[in-house]
Amino acid sequence: MSAASPSPSDIRPGPATDPAPRGPVARPGSRLLHRMVWLRLSLLLSAPLAWMLLVYVVALAALLITSLWSVDSLTSEIDRTWTFDNFRTLLDNEVYRTVTLRTLGVAIAVTVIDVAIALPIAFYMAKIASPRVRRMLVVAVLTPLWASYLVKVFSWRVVLSEGGLADWTGFGSPGYGLTAVIITQAYIWLPYVILPIFASLERVPDSLLEAAGDLGAPSGLVLRSIVFPLLVPGIVAGAIFSFSLTMGDYITVNIVGGANQMLGNLVYINAGAANNLPLAAAIAMIPIVVMLVLLTAIRRTGALDNL
Amino acid sequence: MKNTFRKGRVAAACLTLLSVSVLSACGSGDDDKKTEAVEKLGKTEGKVSILAWPGYVEDGSNDPAVDWVSAFEKETGCEVTSKSYGTSDEAFNLAKSGEYDVIAASGDLSLRLVASKEAQAINTDLVPNYANVYDFLKNTEWNTVDGKNYGVPHGYGANLLMFNKNNVNPAPTSWGAVFDKAQLEKNKGKVTAYDSPIYIADAALYLMKTKPELKIENPYALDQEQLDAAVALLKEQRQYVGEYWSDYLKEIQAFETGDSVVGTTWQVIKNNIKNKDVEVTLPTEGATAWNDTWMLSSQAKNPNCAYKWMDYILSPEANAQATEYFGEAPNSPQACEKTTDPDHCATFHAGDQEYAKQLWFWRTPVKKCLDGRTDVECTDYAQWTEAWTEIKG
Repeated sequence: MSAASPSPSDIRPGPATDPAPRGPVARPGSRLLHRMVWLRLSLLLSAPLAWMLLVYVVALAALLITSLWSVDSLTSEIDRTWTFDNFRTLLDNEVYRTVTLRTLGVAIAVTVIDVAIALPIAFYMAKIASPRVRRMLVVAVLTPLWASYLVKVFSWRVVLSEGGLADWTGFGSPGYGLTAVIITQAYIWLPYVILPIFASLERVPDSLLEAAGDLGAPSGLVLRSIVFPLLVPGIVAGAIFSFSLTMGDYITVNIVGGANQMLGNLVYINAGAANNLPLAAAIAMIPIVVMLVLLTAIRRTGALDNL
Repeated sequence: MKNTFRKGRVAAACLTLLSVSVLSACGSGDDDKKTEAVEKLGKTEGKVSILAWPGYVEDGSNDPAVDWVSAFEKETGCEVTSKSYGTSDEAFNLAKSGEYDVIAASGDLSLRLVASKEAQAINTDLVPNYANVYDFLKNTEWNTVDGKNYGVPHGYGANLLMFNKNNVNPAPTSWGAVFDKAQLEKNKGKVTAYDSPIYIADAALYLMKTKPELKIENPYALDQEQLDAAVALLKEQRQYVGEYWSDYLKEIQAFETGDSVVGTTWQVIKNNIKNKDVEVTLPTEGATAWNDTWMLSSQAKNPNCAYKWMDYILSPEANAQATEYFGEAPNSPQACEKTTDPDHCATFHAGDQEYAKQLWFWRTPVKKCLDGRTDVECTDYAQWTEAWTEIKG
């Protein structure tokens, strides 16, 4: 029995001399918590807040500070004098702009493809399929998540290689490059897009659709004016997943990207190969800033309110 | 409203302070670092921890047939724990932790370990098997600093030119196969190159022979102008490159399927390709190469067992096993006699000094020119990394 719940002794009626039976008497701890709202709140929130601060905010702050340092190229000792050199490099050097734009382009393409594929699948799963088929489809969508990311990407490498499965189809293989990256990433993040859209579609009451039908609305109008507005939060959630996951990825590009590189690769080579952690931190700020701008923009539209 | 704003600022300041202190706490001092060589050995400690390239420290756990660590443990009573690394830079970070007694380092890593006082000089008299090692591997520029030896040689190998003879015909004899526009044109999108800033040296080596007016004396000592020329050459090559490789399994697959038909490689990669049309050659210009040495950490907790390990891995039996398994030239003629494949040393040109002279072993490019020039400042590894990012675009 927990300390907060009243024990049998607490609810026992008071001595007979009492004019009226007293209500339950809380223990001192509970009484204190009851009176001090802020204490109750802070106790309740302290664990998640500490986690948020330490793991998330401090890590981000550390990243920002690291990006203001520089590094000795021979001994790789970090020089802790503050400088904006890294950010100046990012601005001055054209290659970082090119890579940022390329990464954005790939992320947008992957998101558009995923949403386009996920919408009909999710619609079928939520509204048309029988409960049995629906269960099977959910399992089918989730199954790829059980396989390792690397296995999936290397499988795509084999599929896209010369003489591989893609070649057999007759359309020819795109080979290794940005197209291969977009295909592979679209495949890998698809479950993360289908599921939120499916979940939000499931919440659309069938009666709404029936009512619209009874009132003579054509199906296109029903989709446009009833289903779609209710779907937006799900689509946004799915799109944020596929977009941010693509922005940060470097493994797929490494394996099927051919000679191309994305922001993740620049972070990887600077942190792993060049031992230039400050520059890597500065590059890592780019996707963070992009995501912040994007999330703020989305919040303005109100799409996050129903999430 | 204003109040909360101020509170937010205070909180932000506190967070900044906190993260700064967390970060500064990570930088440790130079205590306990011993860079002088020992005079004599003491009693073995019963354990040793080793940091090495994959395949250098095999105890049978990856492949029961490949095990030379158990014999060492039995012989010396030093129990081995080991960790393998993927790149020299990863090794550098791990070595700094001070948890490893012995480190197998390539030429682009060894001097950095010495410069950052992570390496302890070695008394080669205490390594009896050192006597067998080929003389040209001893006291090289990447294991000896100011007359002090910091490492005992393990083995070496070259970065060769690999090609599929169906696509590249006649068989190339020059690095022009991957740098010359006319020759690249035929194999557009099927050219491959090593994915590391150190590959800039390959371009510099080619320019050294084909553009004497640049006056490149050493592909690892490039001033700004010479680096720019190498970068320009690599940017031109970039248009024909299908992919860059750093994972050797990726290159094996690409050559087997035909996604890549020409590019740099290691002998061990060629040995793993079943396609009979794929061949390797050492071009007339020579090649870049690696030459690994075993180094002793300045923070070594088990120096005596570490010395035992260095002596053991230099012994003909162990060196033959380790270098043959990895696919590189052993370090001594005695080791060549112990390889299971009698042709191993011939394949890898072990002990062939003429061959080794054509090789430019990996070095870390530093500001102070490695070729002895004092009138200019050379470009360092950080600049090479930046240039590499730019080349790949």
